[in-house]
Amino acid sequence: MTDDALTSDLGALAYDPAPESSSIARLRESYGLFIDGDFSAPESHEQFATLNPATEEVLATVAQAGARDVDRAVASARRAYDRTWSKTSGAERAKYLFRIARLIQERSRELAVVETLDNGKPIRESRDVDVPLAAAYFFYYAGWADKLDYAGFGANPAPVGVAGQIIPWNFPLLMAAWKLAPALAAGNTCVLKPAETTPLTALVLAEILQQAGLPEGVVNIVTGDGATGEALVAHEGVDKIAFTGSTEVGRLIQERLAATPTRLTLELGGKGANIVFEDAPIDEVIEGIIDGIFFNQGHVCCAGSRLLVQESVADEVLRRLLRRVDQLRVGDPLDKNTDVGAINSAAQLARITELADAGEREGAVRYTGACALPDRGYWFAPTVFADVAQSHRIAREEIFGPVLSVLTFRTPEEAVAKANNSNYGLACGVWSEKGSRTLWVAQRLRAGVIWANTYNKFDPTSPFGGVRESGFGREGGRHGLEAYLNV
Amino acid sequence: MPAVISVPAIANEAELRVFVSALSGVDQVGVESRVAKLGTRSLKTSTKRRAIDLAISMVDLTTLEGADTPGRVTSLCTKARRPDPGDPQVPAVAAVCVYPDLVAHARRVLEGSDVAVGAVANAIPSGRASLNVKLLDVADAVAAGAHEIDMVIDRGAYLSGRWGQVFDEIVAVRAACGEAHLKVILETGELVTYDNVKRASWIAMLAGADFIKTSTGKVGVNATLPVALVMLEAARDFAEQTGRLVGVKVAGGIRTTKDALKYLVVVNETAGSAWLSPEYFRFGASSLLNDLLMQRLKQRTGAYVRPDEFSGD
Repeated sequence: MTDDALTSDLGALAYDPAPESSSIARLRESYGLFIDGDFSAPESHEQFATLNPATEEVLATVAQAGARDVDRAVASARRAYDRTWSKTSGAERAKYLFRIARLIQERSRELAVVETLDNGKPIRESRDVDVPLAAAYFFYYAGWADKLDYAGFGANPAPVGVAGQIIPWNFPLLMAAWKLAPALAAGNTCVLKPAETTPLTALVLAEILQQAGLPEGVVNIVTGDGATGEALVAHEGVDKIAFTGSTEVGRLIQERLAATPTRLTLELGGKGANIVFEDAPIDEVIEGIIDGIFFNQGHVCCAGSRLLVQESVADEVLRRLLRRVDQLRVGDPLDKNTDVGAINSAAQLARITELADAGEREGAVRYTGACALPDRGYWFAPTVFADVAQSHRIAREEIFGPVLSVLTFRTPEEAVAKANNSNYGLACGVWSEKGSRTLWVAQRLRAGVIWANTYNKFDPTSPFGGVRESGFGREGGRHGLEAYLNV
Repeated sequence: MPAVISVPAIANEAELRVFVSALSGVDQVGVESRVAKLGTRSLKTSTKRRAIDLAISMVDLTTLEGADTPGRVTSLCTKARRPDPGDPQVPAVAAVCVYPDLVAHARRVLEGSDVAVGAVANAIPSGRASLNVKLLDVADAVAAGAHEIDMVIDRGAYLSGRWGQVFDEIVAVRAACGEAHLKVILETGELVTYDNVKRASWIAMLAGADFIKTSTGKVGVNATLPVALVMLEAARDFAEQTGRLVGVKVAGGIRTTKDALKYLVVVNETAGSAWLSPEYFRFGASSLLNDLLMQRLKQRTGAYVRPDEFSGD
């Protein structure tokens, strides 16, 4: 009896495959650049393939925008700004944003499937998080468009002009929404550059912008690799650059734009500390740790990749955590029951593997979830490192994958010191049933976002952004307007 | 695997208070978002067929009306033995649950089947009677042949902090049950908070409950998924610490197959295989059974039948 109780298998009721149909994606064979309200081929006629990271199959080819294509896109955005958008009233701009939000909802199933195919994230997440949130950001900023006078930046705040926006591959559609919605609400026109490995949902969004009747040139979407982004950053016709991505690239952009009139906001990497006190609600703590590091395969800049747990409960938390990690369903991202999908690219997989190996070499105790991985595609089993020291690379460098480093602390002061002992400062979590302690800790953490008894929760009304090497500027909420207003 | 830590035998109310107060709290937002996530699990084809059969075998077919008669109980028992006369493959339900005066009759009708007879005793649903009266109620039902006794805790005592009284009463009822299994109803709709649900679950398990059960079905709020999650986690932790498995019964308001499958997913992913059997998990319901039968037939034939295809009870 005793043994039965202790070995009660979780997940004994095995779930049959429940895949969402990939045909819902209605992908085209190839996509052009979205400039001046329509799709066109790049000047070089060069196309590159975007892969499904779960199968390594080619999904479609997309255009490689060169410097002259970027120039055309910026010129289009400038024209639209001068002739149309800057003369369009806030209420009128809101109308377009509401339409876009509604169309995202109407095409939500298609967008979710495209996102999952192109990115590798589980359909449960693209369906329940990415796509609904993308619509929510458009709805939210639609509400601001005619109320900018009351946003706290003085009367008649003017837009900046043409915004160049470079977004990452981890939340392709959602990051497009984070960038476009506030920019358009504030009266700017945009040139958006999706990530090289995940351009497809932005191109579906381009179709949606057409459907919504958004005036030509207000939003231009140029696909391509790092060179395309470089051309956009270097373009003198751009008034503002908003970049989300790695700290390494963010630093290059900031250097490039130093002593230029181009305004800049950066949302970069992180090494979030998820701090668990001994009085925390233990079952919800485990779920919070899981959400913190395995949501979106850990491809989350604000991931709770460092678990700081009070020593008095460390063994118990680790035991329960490992039991839960074993339960994660890793595999076909289109399966509705998949918890952890594919790593987005071979390059990212190599980086995760390299850092995890370093963790092992440096003496941390590695625990890898008991799950079978598919033969094809890019996969990394959920991994937890125990006995991690502050000096280990896996405690300092952003892994951007499903790898958790577990460290311990003894007192609140030590927890704060360890959490802040990082070059980054994007997000932290604090878990305790004692509100006064949560507030005491939160006041001392150097991070842009602090969650209490939860992790990785996003809402359009809430500003998001980092300090130190995690960047500057805020996206979301009233604060998110500031980057796109001349204030 | 952790060593089994035995929970200290509770000698008095002070010890009980120390132990139960030291349990970690429950975060409401976290519990509710966890079940919302589990609620998106998609059960298809053979999984769905297996889950429906499992759910049927876990039903406690219940009638607790003032107007209950031997005739109605006969009809319920007949359905319990063979829920779908058209298909002998359909498993029998776990138990029939009636008021104590109808236990003997139910036993006679179910003679020769594996369907257990449960009785609600202990002055259900309010639980407001002296301990002597409650114990007589229990003894009466046991003497009439009940295999399972459902009691309800004294919420008034729990909410005013007299946890020792709640504990002692369960211990006394447990003793009066003899061989019969004891299901302790927490009436979670009246305990309101998840912290209370967790603590009351532990008090009941420590006092010797064989099952902890959500509700009598007679108050406004009955079983909910987050409450079931909290109780299953408590049962899982209790088993780890004591080596003793305590069952969980969700009762009231579960009417559709879709709902039942969500509960099974929660069982599957929090407590695990040991609880995926009628021995340790039950649905207290009456209208649920017909929906399970309808969905079962749909899985086999691909078409829905009219509700009248199945007997009313």
